[in-house]
Amino acid sequence: MALQAIAFYLMSAVTIAAGLGVVSARNPVHSVLLLILAFFSAAGLFVLMGAEFLAMLLIVVYVGAVAVLFLFVVMMLDVDFTALRQGFVRYMPLGAAVAGVLAFEMISVSAVIANQGQAAGSTGPMASTAGVANTETIGRVLYTDYVYFFQAAGLVLLVAMIGAIVLTLRHKPGVKRQVIADQVARTPATGMRVVSVNPGEGIQE
Amino acid sequence: MIIGLAHYLAVAAILFTIGVFGIFVNRKNIIVILMSVELILLAVNINFVAFSSYLHNVIGQIFAMFILTVAAAEAAVGLAILVTFFRNRGDIAVDDASVMKG
Repeated sequence: MALQAIAFYLMSAVTIAAGLGVVSARNPVHSVLLLILAFFSAAGLFVLMGAEFLAMLLIVVYVGAVAVLFLFVVMMLDVDFTALRQGFVRYMPLGAAVAGVLAFEMISVSAVIANQGQAAGSTGPMASTAGVANTETIGRVLYTDYVYFFQAAGLVLLVAMIGAIVLTLRHKPGVKRQVIADQVARTPATGMRVVSVNPGEGIQE
Repeated sequence: MIIGLAHYLAVAAILFTIGVFGIFVNRKNIIVILMSVELILLAVNINFVAFSSYLHNVIGQIFAMFILTVAAAEAAVGLAILVTFFRNRGDIAVDDASVMKG
């Protein structure tokens, strides 16, 4: 139990410190790297709670995809980030006050509800039924009761993918492309013309 | 020393607060705002998984998975809009973003 407590405090401290670093780092690249650290230690917390599948999903999806996407965009955009930081000190007191009140309220509410009702009699973290692995438990529920939601999640990803492609796709002027419809619609009348050429002059368009 | 549900909820609350604080202080830098939103969604996920684990009910984890999906989609579309905005204006200062209306 003591080992579990040490792991919990270590990983939650790293998560919170990395989160603070994300919002206060001067260089956005550092922000992204600290975001990756925050997600990693949050995945550790998930493992501590017994939710191994979600922990691995967090690492694969967030660290592998989302954080790398952020990193690409931060490095691709040539922006003066120091100019974007002005106003940091100005908004700091208000932001800190709101954040402090919010944290106090949320922690007090969660301290109350964690000792009430069903949660009070909880025998400790257990993310799966006895004798069945966490991944299998999720799979059994996800592909039966929640299969339509699962399909809807796939649809959300498809729409996001198409949306991102449509938003960033750019047709450069001056690049020749094959347009099949134009080629098919071409008739002899539009495709050729009879020109009478005077001797020694050639054809001019 | 037993780590209870309240411990995880407190961590999630602090992480959520950090996200809100990040949106407050980085009003001009939309990249950090997007990262703060990701932190907020992570805090929500920690809450879901903590309740799911301590109440011995796996449905919370399934909902956390859907949140993960939507967060990934949101990041992709948000960054695509950001790249398009940067191409059109050569800058990402959100103060000028009101020109996008209409």
